Amino acid sequence: MNMGEKTRRDFPILSRVVNGYPLAYLDSAASSQKPAQVIEAIQRYYETHHANVHRSIHTLGEEATELYESARDSVRAFIGARHREEIVFTRGTTEAINLVAQVIGRTLRPGDEIIVTEMEHHSNLIPWQMACRDHGAVIRAVPVLGDGYLDLDAYRRLLSARTKVVALAHVSNVLGTINPVAMMAEQAHQVGALVLADGAQSVPHLPLDVASLGVDFFAFSGHKMLGPTGIGVLYGRREVLGRLEPAWGGGEMIKEVWIDHAQWNDLPWRFEPGTPPIAGAVGLHAAIEYLGKLGMSQVSAHEQSLTAAAMEALARIPGVTLYGPRNPEMKGAVVAFNVEGIHPHDGAALLDQRGIAVRAGHHCAQPLMKRLGIAGTLRASFSVYSVAEDVARLADAVASLRSEL
Amino acid sequence: MALYSSVIRDRFRRPRFHGMLERPDVTGEDVNPLCGDRVRIQARLADGRLTEARWSGDCCAIAAAAADVLLELMAGQPAALAREMTPASLLERLDADIRPSRMKCVALPLTVLQGALDGQEVAR
Repeated sequence: MNMGEKTRRDFPILSRVVNGYPLAYLDSAASSQKPAQVIEAIQRYYETHHANVHRSIHTLGEEATELYESARDSVRAFIGARHREEIVFTRGTTEAINLVAQVIGRTLRPGDEIIVTEMEHHSNLIPWQMACRDHGAVIRAVPVLGDGYLDLDAYRRLLSARTKVVALAHVSNVLGTINPVAMMAEQAHQVGALVLADGAQSVPHLPLDVASLGVDFFAFSGHKMLGPTGIGVLYGRREVLGRLEPAWGGGEMIKEVWIDHAQWNDLPWRFEPGTPPIAGAVGLHAAIEYLGKLGMSQVSAHEQSLTAAAMEALARIPGVTLYGPRNPEMKGAVVAFNVEGIHPHDGAALLDQRGIAVRAGHHCAQPLMKRLGIAGTLRASFSVYSVAEDVARLADAVASLRSEL
Repeated sequence: MALYSSVIRDRFRRPRFHGMLERPDVTGEDVNPLCGDRVRIQARLADGRLTEARWSGDCCAIAAAAADVLLELMAGQPAALAREMTPASLLERLDADIRPSRMKCVALPLTVLQGALDGQEVAR
């Protein structure tokens, strides 16, 4: 029995029937489903341990703090960070990137440059646009080549003493391209720039070691990696995070407060004002344990075989165009495609009629859509619970799309 | 009722009012931010009536069919009628079970036409 067949039983939602068909959930890149282990951990937390963290000197408060902080330790180990102070909990990838853009933004001067890529999700583009707008800095973008890879020669030419930040996707949420982050980070550091990688599409699918990636910041979300919504992580290299001012003020991020000033708390709490998503952290911890038991190399191999099978099956269907790298080893667990004459939203609606859930549209990557000269695509994406039958049903349904409309 | 009714499929495959006009009196165009769909409508007017109208654009089957039945309903009618039309009047004609998430596709051609005709009245 392969991974998908084994793990499916852990995901209650996968037994749903949608429009008369068993659910084939191929939209995990947008948000993954949750195993019973995660759902139960959250329920157990609320039923037996809930209280506010850090400030409550009573048994439940101590238990909740212990659970929250042990979730931080599990994240640290899972992504290969060296220190627990480097793990800041946020609401998600978007909030993590906004935090960095806001704090770094305050240090920008007119003429400074931020380098992004043409394949960024809007969440790793708009925060930088806002920082540039507020401080007179300029956005430059690394072009995407026809085969779905970044133009690395152009990247080298864009780097200069003016470059303050390089912000890029580790894995594209549309093309699936795995970008050479370690090499690009090294080159960025040579000109003194900081590097942020958006790991929303890599952490759920690939073995990861942020220390060896060499990035200064790394952001990802719990809900795409079998965890709950409302929890995300900002990894920040200790030496960099330690010299940054907090993004937002409130309780918990201070050591001592006077009426007209305050002294900031230590890392990582300096960046976590207010009551954090405690249950979210507990759920994320359970998700990490679940993925850890499966083994991320095995997860990656399982999803790669499904990605390869999907690309092969779809490529054989007349009228289908695939986007992104053709080599499944160079890709995350997504396949973006179009069917000639079928608008992606019509395609997705027709697939839904057969119980197949895929994403359609611009995938929050409009500059990439403009680069590809299209309005949108269909996108199938995979997770630990995806099976070959999902791919077969997708290919069958896609093959008959044109006759259905 | 099917999601893609026979009316939608028929209008998507063989639209009656698709195309461009030479020297239109009014032109309207708008984008659906949800999906990036774009619909353009051009019309000629005489004595306050739509004498000829065509739609074009890059859009889904639902928006295409909605645009096509809209222009059919408006053919030869007073321009003022466009303001009284609602997505519900188009839905009836489309005979389809459109989900809330796709209602914007139905409404887009209507807002484009209404916008074009409003502009015309202002210009006069």
